Amino acid sequence: MARMNREELEKTKQRHQALINVREGTARARVVVHMGPCGIAAGARPVLLALIRELEARDISDVVVTISDCAGQCSQEPVVTVYCGAEQPVVYAKVSEETAREIFIQHVLGGKVLDRLKIEEGTGR
Amino acid sequence: MKYYRSHVLVCAGTGCVASKSLAVKRALQEEIVKHNLGDEVLVVGTGCNGFCAAGPVMVVYPEGIFYQRLKPEDMPQLVAEHLLQGRPVERLMFTDPARKKTVPRMHDISFFGLQELRALRNRGIIDAEKIEDYIARSGYFAVARALMEMTPEQIIGQMKESGLRGRGGAGFSTGMKWEFAAKARGEIKYALCNGDEGDPGAFMDRSILEADPHVVLEGMTIAAKAIGAHQGYIYVRAEYPLAVSRLRIAISQAREYGLLGTDIMGSGFDFDVEIYQGAGAFVCGEETALMTSLEGKRGMPRPRPPFPAHQGLWKKPTILNNVETYANVPPIILNGAAWFNRLGTEGSKGTKVFAVTGAINNIGLVEVPMGTPLRTIIYDIGGGIPNRRKLKAVQMGGPSGGCIPESLIDTPVDYESITKTGAIMGSGGMVVIDETACMVNIAKFFLEFTQDESCGKCTPCRTGTKVMLDILKNICAGKGTEGDVETLEDLSVTIKNASLCGLGQTAPNPVLTTIRYFRDEYDAHIRDKICPAVSCTDLIKFEVVSDLCKKCGKCAKACPVMAIKWEKGQVAFIDKQICTRCKTCIATCPFRAIA
Repeated sequence: MARMNREELEKTKQRHQALINVREGTARARVVVHMGPCGIAAGARPVLLALIRELEARDISDVVVTISDCAGQCSQEPVVTVYCGAEQPVVYAKVSEETAREIFIQHVLGGKVLDRLKIEEGTGR
Repeated sequence: MKYYRSHVLVCAGTGCVASKSLAVKRALQEEIVKHNLGDEVLVVGTGCNGFCAAGPVMVVYPEGIFYQRLKPEDMPQLVAEHLLQGRPVERLMFTDPARKKTVPRMHDISFFGLQELRALRNRGIIDAEKIEDYIARSGYFAVARALMEMTPEQIIGQMKESGLRGRGGAGFSTGMKWEFAAKARGEIKYALCNGDEGDPGAFMDRSILEADPHVVLEGMTIAAKAIGAHQGYIYVRAEYPLAVSRLRIAISQAREYGLLGTDIMGSGFDFDVEIYQGAGAFVCGEETALMTSLEGKRGMPRPRPPFPAHQGLWKKPTILNNVETYANVPPIILNGAAWFNRLGTEGSKGTKVFAVTGAINNIGLVEVPMGTPLRTIIYDIGGGIPNRRKLKAVQMGGPSGGCIPESLIDTPVDYESITKTGAIMGSGGMVVIDETACMVNIAKFFLEFTQDESCGKCTPCRTGTKVMLDILKNICAGKGTEGDVETLEDLSVTIKNASLCGLGQTAPNPVLTTIRYFRDEYDAHIRDKICPAVSCTDLIKFEVVSDLCKKCGKCAKACPVMAIKWEKGQVAFIDKQICTRCKTCIATCPFRAIA
């Protein structure tokens, strides 16, 4: 193991920041994949794994990808909710591996909400 | 970098391990493999979480869901529901006893929510055996600053300004202590850590060593730089095997990273640490006795002066700080003295960790700002007294401390206010006593401890505590005579004034405080030969008080020798010919109807 100096210490801290963000809720954004039985049946797991792969490939430490239970919109599964800072959460429906990657890059990293995949709020559609 | 979408932090502190948390962890890991989630879910064994009464405990992040009293059999459901489908399992959550509602998130549980974690800031959130986890929480950044950017004078200046006082018991200013040692002449100096936690019921130092061992190494390195020491020793009791093993791992990791040893972080400063295991003698918590023990001799104190800052270990200038004190050092260096002393009272800055135990619902480790009322700790965080019993007193400061009566429950917990009550802050042991305890017996218990642990070097402590203990034993046995209390008070004054070290100087405190606040109980024992709490066996008549008896028959069912006659609708009767005076009936009776 390399001897520590100031820079190495800083780098080590950065590298392990994701660990702390998951545990302390200090992440900039949170991407939640709904994993009720309906979601899993509709293919929520590959969506979750695709999101995790994106996170790992880009070495991003300030975003948390996690799961939650059924969002109550079973016909629209797989459903993914994105929480970015203080913004209103955005619910995406019928997400595929492909669109999951798009949501991650465009919305989570780029800050641009994808209107065509978004469920209209309150209607459940 | 590998990403885990769920982190399950299983408490692997001594308390939870004793209630089989390692079996729970194994079952959890098996289930995770079964569901093929090993790549997504990270399982971590942490140090003590603090809520020992609810053990084995576990926290699932990022949601922060707190699970308690877990069994290996609970793991299949927990994995299938929560980790696979994101549906937390309600039946394993904590229930607020007052509102009878489950509280899913750890931070919403009042036991946790009302605490202010500084010395314990990494408890239950990092893997104690991974230095990277500690670094991710800004670990070793304070050492970097102290070694590269600060002079010893600046470090000492920050420490003095912060107002940090020793957390081991005496409450001496840490900055002043360091300044004396820094100014002492000598090429060789030592920085020591006191992990010889000896007070019955106190376990905060063990917890810090188990949960966050690197913070102690970091604090010691900063102290070493401040006084010019290059060698440190951690004196820790051999009864703390988990703490010792985690410390060993931490030291070897720190050496590997060049955070201990020669030329630390390229600063040119050298410092290394060794562990010394003590055999568990209470007197070795006293600084001069600890140093004598470290030198390989029988652990006995010696007169001061010379003070250790001038002549300590092997007659070299030495500082000795407690584990919790060292845990407070890195954040002070990192965030500044003003950040630290924002919390607390005039003379007591920062926070203090308390080991709350005894007759209380939420037994565990609690860190609160100095000046927090005792009531908040006992009722809001501690959840009050179980079995609908009344609070009688709080014993603070262990065998050197005293009993604070229920009438002073609003006392703010800081060095000055606690000293005024006759107790001491001590290392932070807090034993809650309910109405079923006899205060004379409590005084006897603590004196038995100090009498047993007295090293025997000086007469007042060796003989004085023995004479006091004999008087207390007589009182509890119904053989007390008029004037006993006055003799106890006289002896106390002599022992306090004439003993060589802190052990003897404080040993009479439990007796003096119980006389001060519970004199009526002493008088009842001596004059009326009655123990009002129905605790001293020799003074119990073993008779059923018919006014109080609700004729439930529980005592008759509990009696192991069938000495109690009872029929439905009848007051119970104890046959004294058969009764063995075991007190099972007294412990069983919900109405305290046996006297």
